[in-house]
Amino acid sequence: MSKTFPMGGIHPPDTKISAAAPITPLAIPAEVVIPLGQHIGAPAEAIVKAGDKVKAGQLIAETAGFISANIHSSVSGTVKKIDDVADPCGYSKKAVYITVEGDEWAEGIDRSSTLKKEITLDREAIVEKIKAGGIVGMGGASFPTNVKYMIPEGKTADTLVINGVECEPYLTADHRLMLEYADEMLVGVEILRVALGVEKAVIGIEENKPDAIKLLTEKSAEYAGITVESLHMQYPQGAEKQLIKACTGREVPSGKLPIEVGCAVNNVGTAYAVYQMVQKNQPLVERVVTVTGKQVSKPSNFLVRIGTSYAACIEAAGGLPEDTGKVISGGPMMGMAVADLSIPVAKGTSGILMLPKAESVRPEVEHCIRCGACVSVCPMGLEPYLLEKFARADKWDQAEQRAATDCMECGCCSYACPSGRPLLDYIRIAKGEINNRRRARASQ
Amino acid sequence: MWAVSIALIPAFVASVTFFGPRALAVLAVGVLSCVLTEAFIQAFMLKKPVSVSDGSAVVTGLLLAFNIPVSIPLWMVAVGGFVAIGIGKMAFGGIGNNPFNPALVGRAFMTTSFAAPMTNWRLPLVFDGSTGATPLGIIENAASTGMSAIQSELPGYFDMFIGNIGGSLGETSALAILLGGIFLIARGLIDWRTPVFFLGSLAAFTGIFWGIAPESYADPLFHVLAGGAMLGAWFMATDMTTSPMSRNGRIVFAVGAGLLTGVIRLFGAFPGGVSYAILIMNALVPAIDSHIRPKRFAQGALHEKA
Ligand code: SF4
Ligand code: SF4
Repeated sequence: MSKTFPMGGIHPPDTKISAAAPITPLAIPAEVVIPLGQHIGAPAEAIVKAGDKVKAGQLIAETAGFISANIHSSVSGTVKKIDDVADPCGYSKKAVYITVEGDEWAEGIDRSSTLKKEITLDREAIVEKIKAGGIVGMGGASFPTNVKYMIPEGKTADTLVINGVECEPYLTADHRLMLEYADEMLVGVEILRVALGVEKAVIGIEENKPDAIKLLTEKSAEYAGITVESLHMQYPQGAEKQLIKACTGREVPSGKLPIEVGCAVNNVGTAYAVYQMVQKNQPLVERVVTVTGKQVSKPSNFLVRIGTSYAACIEAAGGLPEDTGKVISGGPMMGMAVADLSIPVAKGTSGILMLPKAESVRPEVEHCIRCGACVSVCPMGLEPYLLEKFARADKWDQAEQRAATDCMECGCCSYACPSGRPLLDYIRIAKGEINNRRRARASQ
Repeated sequence: MWAVSIALIPAFVASVTFFGPRALAVLAVGVLSCVLTEAFIQAFMLKKPVSVSDGSAVVTGLLLAFNIPVSIPLWMVAVGGFVAIGIGKMAFGGIGNNPFNPALVGRAFMTTSFAAPMTNWRLPLVFDGSTGATPLGIIENAASTGMSAIQSELPGYFDMFIGNIGGSLGETSALAILLGGIFLIARGLIDWRTPVFFLGSLAAFTGIFWGIAPESYADPLFHVLAGGAMLGAWFMATDMTTSPMSRNGRIVFAVGAGLLTGVIRLFGAFPGGVSYAILIMNALVPAIDSHIRPKRFAQGALHEKA
């Protein structure tokens, strides 16, 4: 029996139609739009202005606060302006617009494909470099990676968990990365292991990727600390707490971080980005993006410069199918429907998914028939039907008491509800309210 | 809900086989009265879209008919169906909002209003369909007469298992109910714990008395096979709207219903206790749901903190 997390979870069809498409670099567009807030935390502060010449890999915005991340130019050219751009949720954010000229890289960046295995830096220097490279979690949450490696006083880590699960249907970016850049990624894992100061690193991969499991098991043999764990398929195994439970058997308590049980979790894409920065001096300026959909003519995995528009990615995959009802940033379970295809690919953009009209319509909302499906699929052991009821009635205290803030927004409840109730939408509202009220209480 | 109707097919076949064509008429009136009541209320009183196609009124109608004797006048069945849907379901706001199992509400109404016809049991056709007592009726006074005095009147376990005994239309054949129940478990539509804990606690409770005084009490297997225990445990206590939401809550519900059935059967004024036991537990569901919550992720850590 391969491992998995013990409670809740669902088995959506995995529809990984782009799994066989090798990673191909996408043509550099004529203009990129690089948002200053691509991460959780404070947006970076621009240090360039209109008219400045920049090179690819050059720092253009600096961290502004403890939880924040540097931003680098992904292209060479001239800064056109600093102006608003919409993020996938439709909110306006500041961004640097750069007109592309050639493809010249900043000094010291090694763009060759030579594998550099030897790790020369120590813990502090690695964490410093990760911070300098603007590296954030690439699985979607975009949490600044260096912050995870600053271990709070009194806590110790003993295991690094690497997320190669990619449990979202459709997405294949991590899968391709593990197959095509296994060596680089493993060095990245080694670097993160050193940065965390632990002996053990576990790479968790779901059974639907046997080729990646086999390859990484073989290749990791030369690293004493790294093991590969083959996991039984189940959504949301990529969620931090569920992945730690599946790989190590430990349970991160409510409201706590993985370090509580001696773990840190990073995604395989992040490990690869760390390799690029620490070994080759290349900051996070490009990423693999799965561009896919049932009616897309060329489902693809592109290596995309940050700031390239969604529209350019879609064009390269054969264009927007006529029957498209919704374009989603990320996967179908946790992704967001985007309204505007001119928005740029950011550090956290794992996929662009085009859903046909038939799959885009929300089902009619029916009465809750108290079937209990939402309760039994919730991996956190919550009562989604009840949280929805509380949220609709503005009963924030009750929602808080029933642990609404434990919800990690996996969407299993909404997926399983036979009455088509938008449970997660309401739980999100409740979480927002509860957090606002907690902040208000704290500041009193 | 249509899957539940499919799961009721074996019991349907058994009822017609054992009780003859009149069973068909009772079933038809049960289903029609429920469906028409729902459609009428939705279309003319609530002026809302009619949702009988969800199959839930059909299930209520089948279950109601399964819970009454074959000899009952058909108009009474129609009244029962009207009460089941009209009062048991629609008065509370329709599907999802009714606290009590509608079929049991209908049955409870009929038992109190039409007491005599509701207990006019017929034996299966093989015994010429004549009037006859149910196994539970036979043992009703066992405590005073002693089990040995009535032993010869009781049917064998095999007859009780296949349903060749007197009783309500759909409750007699344990085999048919089991087939449907296994189908529901396989389809993931019911939690296996509900019937298992229901019947298990009924068997445990009656088993204690039988163990102490076998001459006065029937054995646990008899109690599991007799009366509405099987039908109740598999098809009534598993109704999702009227049972608790969490796994542990459902266990409490099932154990409570099993114990209450035992108490009513051994000490109550009338032999059958299943439907009242379930109705009482239905009433306790809100309390169970608010006190018994699902197991949280990292539950152990929550306790440590407390
Ligand atoms: S309540 Fe939150 S954690 Fe639970 S299933 Fe719904 S989205 Fe997932
Ligand atoms: S899954 Fe939907 S219908 Fe079922 S209990 Fe939850 S909210 Fe109600």
